[in-house]
Amino acid sequence: MASATVLAPNAASPATLPAGVNAAAPMPDVLPPVKARKGLVGFIRRNPTMAVGAFILGVMVFIAIFAPFLGTVDPTALAPAKRTREPSAEFWFGSDMLGRDVYSRVMYGARVSLIVGFSVAALASLAGLTIGLISGYIRLADSIIMRIMDGLMSIPPILLAIALMALTRGSVRNVIIAITIAEVPRVSRLVRGVVLSLREQPYVEAAIAAGTRTPTIIIRHILPNTLAPLTVQATFICAAAMITESILSFIGAGTPPIIPSWGNIMAEGRALWQVKPYIVFFPAIFLSITVLSINLLGDGLRDALDPRMAKRL
Amino acid sequence: MFAYTVRRVLATIPVMAIVALFVFSLLYIAPGDPAAVIAGDQATPDDVERIRASLGLDRPFLVRFGEWVFRILQGDMGVSIFTNLPVTTMIQQRIEPTLSLMVLTVCLAVSVAIPLGVLAAWKQGTIIDRAVMGMAVLGFSVPVFVVGYVLAYIFALELDWLPVQGYTSMTEGFWPWLENLILPAIALGGVYIALIARITRATMLEVLSQDYIRTARAKGAGQRSILFLHALKNAAVPIVTVVGIGVALLIGGAVVTESVFAIPGLGRLTVDAILRRDYPVIQGVVLLFSFVYVLVNLAIDLLYTLFDPRIRY
Repeated sequence: MASATVLAPNAASPATLPAGVNAAAPMPDVLPPVKARKGLVGFIRRNPTMAVGAFILGVMVFIAIFAPFLGTVDPTALAPAKRTREPSAEFWFGSDMLGRDVYSRVMYGARVSLIVGFSVAALASLAGLTIGLISGYIRLADSIIMRIMDGLMSIPPILLAIALMALTRGSVRNVIIAITIAEVPRVSRLVRGVVLSLREQPYVEAAIAAGTRTPTIIIRHILPNTLAPLTVQATFICAAAMITESILSFIGAGTPPIIPSWGNIMAEGRALWQVKPYIVFFPAIFLSITVLSINLLGDGLRDALDPRMAKRL
Repeated sequence: MFAYTVRRVLATIPVMAIVALFVFSLLYIAPGDPAAVIAGDQATPDDVERIRASLGLDRPFLVRFGEWVFRILQGDMGVSIFTNLPVTTMIQQRIEPTLSLMVLTVCLAVSVAIPLGVLAAWKQGTIIDRAVMGMAVLGFSVPVFVVGYVLAYIFALELDWLPVQGYTSMTEGFWPWLENLILPAIALGGVYIALIARITRATMLEVLSQDYIRTARAKGAGQRSILFLHALKNAAVPIVTVVGIGVALLIGGAVVTESVFAIPGLGRLTVDAILRRDYPVIQGVVLLFSFVYVLVNLAIDLLYTLFDPRIRY
């Protein structure tokens, strides 16, 4: 008869086991504690994606702020005699068809992209939060607001931003407003969904039973719980807004050509891209890396703030 | 089922009405005199007056909205300010390339993204899973025109395998048609593939942890049959939903892709219309794209019973 191993129901009395059956080693009462490293190193170990994203984004913010001190020249200075030069010691990323230094333009371009990305993320979150809270808490407003949002969401966001820009003069402010309007419906829906599930929670019922006034319930009990998903959403909006800004500028409906934004540099390099591809590729690389870093940051944030989702997406 | 279909179809009417109202009122939301904005900076007062009269801006808002909707229902979208051609004619001339590009992209994306997502879920946590998810983040981060230029540079300019730009109608043969659309479809499909692959992986992971999958394993079903018969069928509804929602990304992306690859489609028409502030054309294209988007998602809603016979209305 083959010998088998079973978990002993009572490790203290192995004698009760039949012959040929061995008792397994008893489980320790307490598992050894997992040592969590504190401080920056621990944070990076636990959230590698977030750390990488935050680091690259930090570098881009540094570039945007200190653009004048990074060996750049005036990004709008024309030098017709030195146009379309290949990358060299004088023009690190080459020069464009008007002789402007592509390196300087790319460094300054970080400002526009980051300002647009951050502003849209902040404004869309704020507007979406307000609309979502009202809609989720006031039944009467809900049906009207959500019909309007459904309508807006049926217009593809880039197309909506393009249509809005077609009517206004190109400026950074108008680009921010147009992209914000295109993003708000999705944020409102997200916040509304969270609010609807939160208001059924026992602690909210308890607050109502205790006679707490509605504004207090919204601000003290509902609002704080919407912030985690909203923060994650805001990072993805930031990334999407930077891409939309570059698309708008690229097709000529975005920031005015005089402002060096990554989309504008690419739009200007377009005519020459088959012979001088570097004019398009340098801003493209910076834009892609920046958007990638924000997406990584967002993925990391989502995993950290919602561990249930972490395994899945 | 019939009652549900009727209700669902009727529910799209208010959505389309809000889209129409929004598209129509864009002209009035914008700051400044719309006639002057459309006429541009070099217009004479006569030009402005002519545009004002042609758009009917001198009559009350709701009257004009009513007339406009009535005309659209009869298939009249107005006349282009720039070419004086009916907008419907211009759209008809441009619809084939865009439709070809989109259908090809959807086919390509679905046939690439779903196997990738299934593979990632099956090999969860391995290097294959990480590679697929890494590519998905990259797909979300690199703007469509950057992918377009990189592809065109490598496969058209350097390797000379495919044409750089342009479009050939399907009537001139299948290969010339396909040849021109391969690179644009891959470029346009990037974000879409990333989106579908992610949702496929997430839903598959959920389904694979269900009891009936364990039962299938226990009865000795093969790995392939478990993944594609037992699991994928049960994961179909969320995946198909995202395929529909993602069409919004395709529409926005098509505008840019057509500019990069010089495809004379609706996207190109939109860009030209924006640069010329040809308002009736912009209205027509935005309305058409939104209508298509709503219809696609309506069709998918109604087809749920096909993908999951358990759903009953």
